[in-house]
Amino acid sequence: MILYEANGPTISTVSARNGRLFARCVAIHWSLRISLFITCYNDVLFPKTGQAVVTVLERLGHTVEFRPTQTCCGQMHYNSGYHMDALPLMEKFLEDFHDAEVICIPSASCVSTIRDHYPVMAEKSGSKDLIRQVNEILPRVFEFSELLIDKLGVEDTGAYFPHVVTLHCSCHSLRSLGVGDKPERLLRNVKGLTFVPLEDYDQCCGFGGTFAVKNAEVSSAMAADKVKCILNTKAEVCAALDNSCLMQIGGTLGRDHAVTCTMHLAEILASTQSANGGTLA
Amino acid sequence: MSIRVGEAAEAPSFAVASKELLKNDQLRRNVRNATGIIRGKRANVVGETPDWQQLRDAGHAIKEHTLRHLGDYLARFEENCIRAGGKVHWARDADEANAISIELIHRYTPDGKRAEVIKVKSMTTDEIGMNKALVTAGITPYETDLADLIVQLGDDKPSHIVVPALHRNRMEIRELFMRTMKLDELGTSPEDIAGAARVYLREKFLRVPIAISGANFAVAETGSVCVVESEGNGRMCVSLPRVLISVVGIEKIIPTFQDLEVFLQLLSRSATGERMNPYNSIWTGVVPGDGPREFHVILLDNGRTKVLADSASSETLDCIRCGACLNACPVYRQTGGHAYGSIYAGPIGAILTPQLQSMEHSTSLPYASSLCGACYEVCPVKINIPEILIHLREKIVDGQDHHGGMGTDFAEKAGMKVAAWAMSDAANLSTVRAAGRLAQIPFARNGVIHSLPGMLGQWTNTRDMPAIPAESFRQWWARRRQNVVPGGTK
Amino acid sequence: MISDSTARADILLKIRLAAGSHSDALETEYAALPRTYRQQGTSDRAAVLTMFTNRLRDYDAGVYRCNAAEIAETVAAAMDARGKTSLLRTGKLPQEWLPAKFRFFASDVRNANPSRDDLAWFAEVDQSEGVITGCFAAVAFTGTIILRHEDGNGSRALTLIPDYHLCVVLADQIVETVPEGLARLKGFETMPITTISGPSATADIEMTRVKGVHGPRFLDVIIVG
Ligand code: SF4
Repeated sequence: MILYEANGPTISTVSARNGRLFARCVAIHWSLRISLFITCYNDVLFPKTGQAVVTVLERLGHTVEFRPTQTCCGQMHYNSGYHMDALPLMEKFLEDFHDAEVICIPSASCVSTIRDHYPVMAEKSGSKDLIRQVNEILPRVFEFSELLIDKLGVEDTGAYFPHVVTLHCSCHSLRSLGVGDKPERLLRNVKGLTFVPLEDYDQCCGFGGTFAVKNAEVSSAMAADKVKCILNTKAEVCAALDNSCLMQIGGTLGRDHAVTCTMHLAEILASTQSANGGTLA
Repeated sequence: MSIRVGEAAEAPSFAVASKELLKNDQLRRNVRNATGIIRGKRANVVGETPDWQQLRDAGHAIKEHTLRHLGDYLARFEENCIRAGGKVHWARDADEANAISIELIHRYTPDGKRAEVIKVKSMTTDEIGMNKALVTAGITPYETDLADLIVQLGDDKPSHIVVPALHRNRMEIRELFMRTMKLDELGTSPEDIAGAARVYLREKFLRVPIAISGANFAVAETGSVCVVESEGNGRMCVSLPRVLISVVGIEKIIPTFQDLEVFLQLLSRSATGERMNPYNSIWTGVVPGDGPREFHVILLDNGRTKVLADSASSETLDCIRCGACLNACPVYRQTGGHAYGSIYAGPIGAILTPQLQSMEHSTSLPYASSLCGACYEVCPVKINIPEILIHLREKIVDGQDHHGGMGTDFAEKAGMKVAAWAMSDAANLSTVRAAGRLAQIPFARNGVIHSLPGMLGQWTNTRDMPAIPAESFRQWWARRRQNVVPGGTK
Repeated sequence: MISDSTARADILLKIRLAAGSHSDALETEYAALPRTYRQQGTSDRAAVLTMFTNRLRDYDAGVYRCNAAEIAETVAAAMDARGKTSLLRTGKLPQEWLPAKFRFFASDVRNANPSRDDLAWFAEVDQSEGVITGCFAAVAFTGTIILRHEDGNGSRALTLIPDYHLCVVLADQIVETVPEGLARLKGFETMPITTISGPSATADIEMTRVKGVHGPRFLDVIIVG
């Protein structure tokens, strides 16, 4: 696997895929210039997640860039049926990132909007140019855990986090992205961390964007079920790839005065013995 | 025209209906328990089928192909059914289908006899409100599927497309049977209860001369009709009476007999988690010496051609009514089927009902989903339900439905406009963020908001909300750039 | 006037407007549909027979194995086990399958006596102790018996109304997969067909599978060969 970009050679573990053989080997590669699409709600509400992503990627020897013109992928507008408002946001994203080599997005649902819905939107717009732009950008779009494992070939990020952690597999990460056990593998490689599986891990937490307010009662009932499973694990932390789900889960845990807290996967991976000694969020 | 989906036009919105249902713990437990069992069984038998994904691909492709050539295949079916001695009628809507059925029933009821029919479980006849129409015309319909019987005797509504009475538990059913069948004694085991239904219905099977069925599949190539079932009531209805009337939605056509090899495998495993459901009956027209002497098919539109006309959502018509999406749906599992106000509940109901009847009657249904995608994952014919839900939301927002602008509420529209403006430019986003910081001052304590007014109060009624932190990511990034060597590591 | 003759034209017109008309492409398009699923089994005969047996047992059917010379004997054993003294049979069932110590009544369809009243015949069948038939084909992967209603398979009513069905399945009638099973019906598609996978059942009450509602509550299968 040859990776390019110009910040000097780095040594790291790469998992190379060769036909049906998965071989783990040590390879020399060039560090990457990774463009971070922080997403609108992480920018405003969960800045720590973005900071953690930067920490992890830089620790692995890559360069992170942040393009300040970026805003939002258009997910909320698209999923709520406001397609006329979503389209300019897609165009903006395509423009903001048109020449980015690798785009890292720490939100599975936003990646899913880009991967699953941008092609539909482009198709519907009838613009050949948009269709081309979408096709060109898709191979460069990575969710955070995908980036680590598929693109960078890293499972052990060198993190230290001496706590009991469970994982909520968000619907988009599981069904749209198909990340499978990638986030779990990343967690299991964290030193000091005890991983406990979550019962009904594939059940929706009930967030669903505007669903959470439009059908608040049903949404809360779904969250209550999810929280029950989380509390059963006795984990100190519930991790996920989406802060939107964690807002729903954490908001419910908080209302119940539970001791369990929520953290984005990146925040756990960012923790090292030297940095913060693996303290809780 | 009266396109009708049961009584869905008069039903309250999903949000209103679900609020009530969430308070019914018994019902929720029953639904949870039943869907949990079917999900487990389905997962087992799907897991042991090595070519499951290939079967799904084939099922989807065959259905889509059929829809593209629906007119041709319907004409073929008609020709072959007539050649085999059947009679074919066409009905544009519910009223026409009911009128044809009523006229046939009166024609074939022996003079001086009470008009009665036995019925096999059929979503299509539920959709057109047939039982009500029959009763009004002086005809007594007897539902023969156990769950349908439970619903009919209890004057209840079906809550699931495969197991319509799954919201009722054993003791509730026992009590209902004792009361309506006038039994002094009845055991408490499922066997006892099923036994009571056997006795109650057997007399009717052996006596009533006219039956009504739906169809799971209608084969264009041969003119054959296929009914899939478990209890034997279907076999009774399609083979014992003198007259059989099958009401068949026009989307039930499949091209060839061979195609059954795909759909019979997909349907049984998805619907009940059986490798094959106990009985499939396949018949063609009238066979001398075996089965009904008169066979009528009513091909029903009732909104289906309207669904077909929108290519972004027409794959809704691929549905084989297996119910797997209901069992998988976390929303359905909370509320049960009645919240959907339609005989079509769950994810398929949320997309089918609004498309069949005019949208203004069901604007809440496309929002009855968190878009989690569990339905799409299990659907045996790969209907992309989340994408269709989003498409229908768009139609609602645009007020595109030709029945006129029902739209969404004003607060939401305004919010979306503000958000669209905010996201159109990074500077706008920072402005809105700053405004939010100010606005949250009265509500935020230690970085957490416990209560908010207006629409967001729907969130804070049950959940805390994080307050907007003092520094956004992009502020942090800018600050860091000033302190750190560009491009370097810390 | 029963159906409005304009309804047909109306519906077909709406379909044409909605879906367009592509009849030219129909046959080629159909032939090109993806059929990458299993159309043929890969297991050997012994494994197929074992699979069929296990599936039937899963469905709670009684299963007997014997060779061709032992059919009558095995029928007798099955009837003894169920406490039966007589069964209905179809006219064309091989005589040598029937043990002499029991009674078998040929009870066939209206063919035999077209003027006969169905209801009286149904009542008679309803009073019987059960029915014995052969079958047309069987599918091991799903534990399915396919009846093509004529000759030795019996009419639809005959195999349905009695509470007990004893079915004799010959080994060479058993295929592994559903496509192979349905392929055997080639040329006979328009005859009445019933597929049976275990005794009648319902799970409508708390999803608990209850054996037997309206169809035969008891199914025994004799696999020959
Ligand atoms: S939409 Fe798919 S999963 Fe749902 S009932 Fe129809 S066929 Fe089954």
